[in-house]
Order: sequence, then structure tokens, then C-alpha cells
Amino acid sequence: MASEQSPQSSNPAIEETDPEGEPGAAADAGPADGARSRREKAAALRHLMATEGKTVGENTRGFNESTEEAISHISNYEDLRERARVIKEEAIAELPDLIDRVTEAVEANGGSVYVAEDAADANEHIASLMDEHSAQKMVKSKSMTTEELELNAALEAEDFDVVETDLGEWVIQIAEEAPSHLIGPAIHKPPEEIATLFNEHFDPAEPFNGDPDELTQFARDKVGEHIEEADVGLTGANFVTAESGSIALVTNEGNARKTAVTPPTHVAVTGVEKLLPSVRELAPFVELIGRTGTGQDITSYVSLLTPPTDSPVLDFEDPEKPMAEGDRDFHLVLVDNGRLAMREDAQLKETLYCIRCGACNNSCANFQSVGGHGFGGETYTGGIGTGWEAGIEGLDSAGDFNDLCTGCSRCVNKCPVKIDIPWINTVVRDRVNRGGEGSDYSFLVEGLTPDSEPEGIDVQKRLFGNIESLAKLGSATAPLSNWLTGTRPVRILLDRALGVDARRELPQWRRETFREWASGRDSIPGAEREVLVYPDLYTNYVLPERGKAAVRVLEALGVGVTVPEVGESGRAPLSQGMIATADRKASAVYADLAEHVDTGRDVVVIEPSDLAMFRNDYEKLLSEESFERLRDSSYEVMEYVYGLLENGADREALPKANGTRELAYHSHCQQRTLGLEPYTTAVLSDLGYDVTTSEVECCGMAGSFGYKSEYYEVSMDVGQQLKDQFEAERANGRRIVASGTSCGDQLEALFGDAPPHPIELLDPR
Amino acid sequence: MSLEVSPDAESMATFESTLEERDLAASVTVASAAEFPDALSELLVSPVVAADLPFEGVSYDNVDSEITLSPSPAELDAARTGITAAGLGVADYGTVTIRSTPGGEEFVSLYPERHVVVVAASDIVPDMPTAFGRLAEEFAAGYTSQILATGPSATGDMGGIVKGVHGPQEAHVMILEDR
Ligand code: SF4
Ligand code: SF4
Repeated sequence: MASEQSPQSSNPAIEETDPEGEPGAAADAGPADGARSRREKAAALRHLMATEGKTVGENTRGFNESTEEAISHISNYEDLRERARVIKEEAIAELPDLIDRVTEAVEANGGSVYVAEDAADANEHIASLMDEHSAQKMVKSKSMTTEELELNAALEAEDFDVVETDLGEWVIQIAEEAPSHLIGPAIHKPPEEIATLFNEHFDPAEPFNGDPDELTQFARDKVGEHIEEADVGLTGANFVTAESGSIALVTNEGNARKTAVTPPTHVAVTGVEKLLPSVRELAPFVELIGRTGTGQDITSYVSLLTPPTDSPVLDFEDPEKPMAEGDRDFHLVLVDNGRLAMREDAQLKETLYCIRCGACNNSCANFQSVGGHGFGGETYTGGIGTGWEAGIEGLDSAGDFNDLCTGCSRCVNKCPVKIDIPWINTVVRDRVNRGGEGSDYSFLVEGLTPDSEPEGIDVQKRLFGNIESLAKLGSATAPLSNWLTGTRPVRILLDRALGVDARRELPQWRRETFREWASGRDSIPGAEREVLVYPDLYTNYVLPERGKAAVRVLEALGVGVTVPEVGESGRAPLSQGMIATADRKASAVYADLAEHVDTGRDVVVIEPSDLAMFRNDYEKLLSEESFERLRDSSYEVMEYVYGLLENGADREALPKANGTRELAYHSHCQQRTLGLEPYTTAVLSDLGYDVTTSEVECCGMAGSFGYKSEYYEVSMDVGQQLKDQFEAERANGRRIVASGTSCGDQLEALFGDAPPHPIELLDPR
Repeated sequence: MSLEVSPDAESMATFESTLEERDLAASVTVASAAEFPDALSELLVSPVVAADLPFEGVSYDNVDSEITLSPSPAELDAARTGITAAGLGVADYGTVTIRSTPGGEEFVSLYPERHVVVVAASDIVPDMPTAFGRLAEEFAAGYTSQILATGPSATGDMGGIVKGVHGPQEAHVMILEDR
């Protein structure tokens, strides 16, 4: 069982490799405010990875693969998402009106509607409904909203009996734990652990050994008895349709169906944001929610109920009495609890479109490693959990786990309502930064930072967000700077004071930058096509070879190249939630590039995370017109080469595959989200390479994430997935190639040598 | 039936193949109204509970089993087969819709381990948008509670997919080809 493993043995990638060979020395170095909390966070995550990580990883990766498969079954996925998005936008826009309309409809059907302002209000109302119906026992189907309300505890405090009927939720109730996932509350529990729990709790004659069939049958029978005894059945609602006063429940087990109709009184509790105008609007959601949730084309049941329903009444206390028409009662409780304020919040509003399918939990590499007990707040888990927690519980709860979102964007294309999940995390991070307290070590980064951020921002974030200043300084003083940061005292200080993990190799700044190299040479004269190669921070200061290769490849294909004088894209500060600084950088970059773009030059980008800025994030930072102009002129370097070759450039000018022809290619997460991986594989194949690609969502490094003391081990755990696959590829003689700088750093940490960028394989030099 | 559309051979074929290929139904039977009693008898494991069928000329007369309508809780718990009609079949999902009427479809289709669902060929629609168009009409006509059921009930919560949780373990689909 996972819990018996030590963290080291379950995560073989986590080697304690302090530069001087003293394991964990830096991490243990003395008390310091930030350092202590980083150390505690690292320990908590380490514990979760050791106890829950394996099961969470298997289950979420399973869902994630099924989701991809289920999406591939339909050709109109993008269409459906677009429609779902528009329906949600409109519904949230007219929410107050929808609340009025549903109230009218439900009351006309014979039910009641209550809009609860907050958790206490909702819980009191539900308790009063129990009293009104002289009820003692409630059965519940799974509802995250009632988790948010902490309804069970509130009802139990009033001596009511509450039993969960979703089997996962029932397990969690018995174990007295919190759900670790939006749709799979017990996704962190292996069957053996459930067996132990049942053995302890129920003391069966024949102990359980972890056979899923046996466990399910036992749980079903037990829960079934509770349902038959209950006075009130409480469900959530995945959707509420205003016109008819109906609720939609999306389930597989059938427990929600039983819960809704077996007791004569049905209470449905749900967030106000679940309202849609009518049943017609449900269609795209019904086609999407199973696919992105559990990876099913559709779940076993989608119940459209307009309670009180026409179903006859069953009286289990009088078991011989045939079912007969009788009185049913229905109460709809719509929960505000911060949602109506989120609706007024320009940035958090998008969270209200979320249908809580769980795809952003399953597709997230960090979530796969630590699960929702680490990557989650009071109630809500995963990338979108940040938005929910910020709106409902407040910034403290959101800030606790928000940094686990690296902005890798892998969840974005899986979200059925097209929520920009990384952006919500960035916004929340920015707000946390602005509310933060000062630190004793602020002076260390103060001089580096002509940024636009508040005093209180965490020093670690300020450091990584201002990496450009550091790079300039490091490059100007190389090799001294590299030598200095390679020494143990400096690494300990960096770790302790700034949270830069001592187990990571730091970038080696290059004395001659890519731009300096380029400015000293003439590009090919009289070329028909002129481009800019964007000197991103890493290409410029750390990896100039790939820049040089890009220039030579483009020139060989007949393109004139300029490497302009232009700053960092703003990716680094944006990833730290330093939106104002990123905004300033974006404007500066645009100002430096605009004139070139206006003269018809395309912008070729080597680092995928910077291309993602131009293609995507700049939408939030520049005017619409500027954003579109730069977006439409920017290309990933291999995408550009592909386009040139397709348009008749001379492929003979590029070297054919030689040496190791078999490649294992790891594309960058944001590059894949933008759909750009195929260009690289196509060009490489065209030149005679045999290419396999990695199957993981993320390498784990994700920019600065893997350098941070508190996340280093998570980063290595995520990397282990990539290592497992590529170790085999390497054993088969394949050479590893990667597009992203941080992916390259991670692969170097995993395998010992730095992989080249694909463009370097094309270098005609 | 007030909301008939003409039978659509292509949708029916897709419906059958979806049910079979995706392993959503333990069996798929196609029968005429005349063949119905015998074909249904084959699918029943006693005790059997049922809700009345709304198809013209189709009833439980001549079915070779005792069939209990409007069962009591005890009969429901004991039943091994439940028979209901479907309002619609959705071809590309293998989904059927079950209306909640006073006849008790919701319980009959839910409690017994085997659900036999009878769908008229003319009620099989090609896809979900069409189904929701029909559902909106049915809602307007007063059938305002309906379950879209696809395959048996299932859970993954105990590790591994287990079929048959709070709902049926097996779904058997009978298509009335001349209705
Ligand atoms: S952007 Fe990446 S890290 Fe953030 S929630 Fe999405 S998948 Fe997870
Ligand atoms: S944000 Fe999108 S992907 Fe995540 S749970 Fe909500 S709807 Fe699903």
C-alpha cells in the first residue's frame, strides 16, 4: 500500500543532490520566515505524494486518457464548447432574471425556492425544512456545494442523521476526510485502503480484501437501506432550467435517482450559477460533461427532473402497499455565498461558467502528483479551484495552493466552457502578491527590481519575475557570476533566503549573448523575405546556440534575419502573478516590434512559452488591435520552417538526418496547447528522422516552478512520468530532443545531458 | 403517441450498432408488435415488475411471466426484472429516455437488477440535438421529468469499473420495428 512507502522509494526521481553532496543541507538551514513555510509546504506535499500520489496519479491519468479518447469520438467538440461557453456567458449575464423565472416556475409546479445568502443561511434553511417535514434522516447524493456549506456538520449538530449515497462520498464520510477531487471524492483511496476502512468500521464476519465487486456490493446494500429509511432526499444539481423549473443531475451510479424520488421530500441545493434558461440549452452540456469529466461519451444517467415529479409514492415503512399517487414535496435552495459578487468581478466572473466536470484536475500534471488534498482549498480542487476558493472562501484559501498552477495551460483545451484557467490563477496570484507581507530578505532583490509590484510581494516571486535583470547582470559578469552561484554558501543563501532549491543546477549565463553574436554579422543580402528572430531571455543569455541555429536555418532557406533589440516578453513576471510588470514588458516588446511588423516582417520565436505570450496572453495585456497584429505575425520556429518548406523553400539546403536518426521528442506544454507540436514532428520526419513523442502533460519544470524549494520534489515527481517513458526510448537508442528551455533543464536533470532544440538538428553549419 | 416521427432506418441501425459496440446493452432485440410477447418473454427473469407500455396494440397480455404493475416496495426490492417503455432512443449515444409518470417508470427502471426497455423504432432519433428538440416538445406536452439512460449503472469508486450499483446491472433493449 502506498502509505507504507517512504517518499524516496515511491519517487525514485527525487534525489537529494545538493551541489556539495550534502543532502538537504540547504533546505534545513536555519529559521527564516519564508524558508520555514517553504519547508513545511514541501514536507506536506512530500507526505501527500507518498500516501495518496500513486492512486491519484493512476486514476486521474486514466480519466485524462479516456477524456482524450471520448473527445476524439466527436468531430464537433470545438463547436459544442463554443456553444456551451456562449450559453453560460448569457446565463450569467441574465442571472438575476433567471432566478426570478425559476422561482416562478418551481412555485407554479408546487415547490419552493430559497436563495441563501451564505452558508449559515443555507444550512439554517435546510434544517428548517427538515423540521417542517418532521424529518430525522436525510440521504444525500454527491454535491460539492453542500461540501462548501459544510451542511453535514451543520445538520448533525442539530441531531439529524445524514448519509451520503455516492459510494466515493460515502467512503469519505466514513473516513471523516474531505473530497480530493471535483467529481471523484475518494479518488485518492486504493481499494485495499477502502477494505481496511470497512473492516474497521463494520467488522464484517468475512473481512474485505479489496475486491472492487465485493466492496461495491456491500456499500450499495448498506446505502440502499439508508435510502429506503430516509425522510428527505437531498441532491445537488448540475444544471437548473428556469423556464420549466427543472434540475439536471449527471451521474453513473443511480444513487441520485434513488435519492431524488425514494423519500417523498426532495431538496435540491446548488449554486446560483447553475441556472440556464431552458431544457434546450442543456444539449451541448450533455454531450460534453461526460467526455471531459470521466471520459465517457455520456454518463449512465442524466436525470431531467421537474419536481415534485409525477412518480408515485413508495412507503418503505408499509412495504406491502403498492405504489400509488401521493404527495411529493420539493424545495430548491440556490446558494449565493459569494457568487453574485464574483459575477461583478471582471476577472473571477469566468469561474461561474465552470460546470465542475473535473477535467482541469485530471489533465494537470501537478494535480496528478499531489491530488486535491494538496492542490485544493477548503472545498474546491485543481486549477479552477483557485477561482472558486477566491470567490467563496477568500484569498487565503486560494493562495494556499494557487502556486501549484504553473500556467502550463494543459487544462485549457479540455475545459468544456473554455475557461482560461491559468489566467484565473495568475489573477489570484497577483491579488495574493498585493496582499502579502514584507520579508526580511526583500533588500536582496530590491536593487534588481524595477518592477511595478507592491512592497509585500514574496521575495521568491520577485526574484523569478525579474529574471531578466538577473540575466543581464549574470551575463555581464560571467563567468564570475556562474562560479559564484555555483558555490555552496551562495546556494544555501539562495535556498534559505529566496527559496531557490539547492538541488537544482542554475542556468549558466553566457558572456556573449545571442543578440551580440547576431549584431556582429550581416544577414543574407537581397532576400525576398525578412523576419525577426525574437531573442527570448533563455536563447539570448543561456542557450545562444539554438538562436544561432535558427538564424542559419532561416538563411539557408532564403530568409533574411534580424535579431532586434527587445526585452523579455513578460512571461517571467506573469508566471509569478506580477501582472503590472508583465503588462509593462508587453507594451515595451510591442513598441520594439511594431515597426518591423508593420513593414511585413514575421516574428519567429524559439521559446514556446514566449510564443504563447504573443499568441495568447498578450490578449490580456495589449490593446486588441496590437494583440492581433502581433499574434498574426508570430510563429514558432519549426512551424515557420514547415511553412517555408511547404511554400517551396529548398529542403536540400537543410542537412538530412544523419547520426542517430531515431528521436524521442518532448514538445513544450504551451506549444502543444497551441497545436504546434505537429509542425516539429512533420519537419523532422520530412528530413528523414523517425520521431516518437512524449505522452505526459508536462515535464514538471514549468519555468521557475521546479527551482522553487517548496516545489522541487513535486517537480521531480512529475518529471518521473517523462523519465519512465523516455528511459525506455533511450534504451532503444533514441536521442532526446526538446523545444522548451525548462523542459531541457528538466531532461538534463533526469538524464544527465541537455537535449538539443529541434532547430539545432537542422543547422546547416 | 402524439409526437411521432416517421421511422428512420439509418438511425435505427446506428442505435443498434452503438448499443452493441459500446457494450451498453446486454441484448438488443428487434421485434414487431405481433412478435412482442414471445420476444419479451425471452428476456424476463422472475419476479417481474413493470410500467404500462404506451404503444398501440402492444401489451403484456400473452407474455409468459407474471408481471406486477404498480409494485409495492417489497415487490420492487424482490423484483429481478423491470420493464418500461422509452420515450426516445438516441442513435449515436445508445441512450434511451425514461419518462417519470404515475405508472412508476422511475422506480421500475431503477430498482431491479435487469432493466428491459422497449423503444418504438419511430422514436429513435439520430443525435442529441434532435433528442433535445423532441425533449423540449415533450416538456411542453407535460412529460417534464425524464431520465436519459445510457447503459447500466456503474461506479469506479471502489477501484475498477463495477456495473450495477444503485441502478440496474444489465440493460436489455427491445426495438418495436413497426411502431
Ligand atoms: S495551467 Fe497547468 S498547472 Fe495550471 S491548472 Fe492548468 S494544467 Fe494545472
Ligand atoms: S474549469 Fe472547466 S475543466 Fe475545470 S472543472 Fe470547470 S468546467 Fe471542468
